[in-house]
Amino acid sequence: MSLLADYIHYVGCFALVLIGLYVVLVKSNLVKVIIGISLIDTGVNLFLVATGYLRSGTAPIFSSAAAQPGMMVDPVPQALVLTAIVIGVSVLALALSLAVRLYGEYGTLDLRKIKELKW
Amino acid sequence: MRKLISLVVLLAVAAGLALSLHRGPFGAEGAKAEAGLDSDKVNFGRYYVHEGVKETGATNIVSSVVLGYRGFDTLGEVAVLFIAATGLAAVLHLAGPSRGKRDAEPASLVVFTGCRFLFPLLLLFGTYVFVHGHLTPGGGFQGGAMIASAFLLIYLGCRGRALNEKGLRVTESLSGLAFVAVGLAGLAVGGAFLLNFLPTGSPYSLFSAGIIPIVYVAVGLKVGCELGGIIDRLAGGAG
Repeated sequence: MSLLADYIHYVGCFALVLIGLYVVLVKSNLVKVIIGISLIDTGVNLFLVATGYLRSGTAPIFSSAAAQPGMMVDPVPQALVLTAIVIGVSVLALALSLAVRLYGEYGTLDLRKIKELKW
Repeated sequence: MRKLISLVVLLAVAAGLALSLHRGPFGAEGAKAEAGLDSDKVNFGRYYVHEGVKETGATNIVSSVVLGYRGFDTLGEVAVLFIAATGLAAVLHLAGPSRGKRDAEPASLVVFTGCRFLFPLLLLFGTYVFVHGHLTPGGGFQGGAMIASAFLLIYLGCRGRALNEKGLRVTESLSGLAFVAVGLAGLAVGGAFLLNFLPTGSPYSLFSAGIIPIVYVAVGLKVGCELGGIIDRLAGGAG
């Protein structure tokens, strides 16, 4: 019980990652696969933020004089995740543009119907 | 069959993750317990929290990490976004004649009025967020995303209107150049790229933290224009 309670944030993050992985593996619609990749991305970002978390910690922002540096969460993973989110958006946009191109070429987004993708 | 294999793979991945993580302590508490709050040298996140305001003048420590301590990294991040936007333009441009613009049905009056009402407010709020990036939650990327969402509203509510692509491109290039120019100015003044050469001022005031607000304004404009351009191209590509 306490193990689950201690790691509930990690469990949530990796549940998102696993859901995304399942979508990528099982679904055949290209847009759904892209959504799955985006889910994995979100889960990993959440995990990275969680690694810097302190219980009952505050945001690393001195917004008032009462803010205590000792209770602030680690700012470095947050800055890295800021980078990762922007990269994720870039990847998502590029993937969607490829999907648009693919639809224009084959008239379908079903990966099983596009013969050149068969393996 | 496919689902079965996928579930087995997922179980294997989940077991691997659980095995590798169940021993470590949760979050930053392990680092806190091991290094103690006082030994900042071991745990540089602690160091930034304690010394960041003094060294960079930004009260938002995440901003001081993103643009103060790791500014070069952020330049690379902006470059990645730029390359992705360029790649998207190239991929969609190759599609060529197949992306004819159909006449879309006009949006309903409620959507139209709502979008027109929200558009200036969103622009204002996005600008507020990136101008105050060194003081309050937010920053260039967040403010830029808000500005891009204002552009998205225009595409949703006011069909037929399009962004001025040339203006977008010029703003984007100029703000990107401004970022690099500030970095090179630091190189010229103090001998380090993106050195915070301006006075850091007093914390909690708008004109503080040296180059951080300047660079954040540039990043906000650049991200807003880039994401706006991405929306523009995707909306045009989908017809």
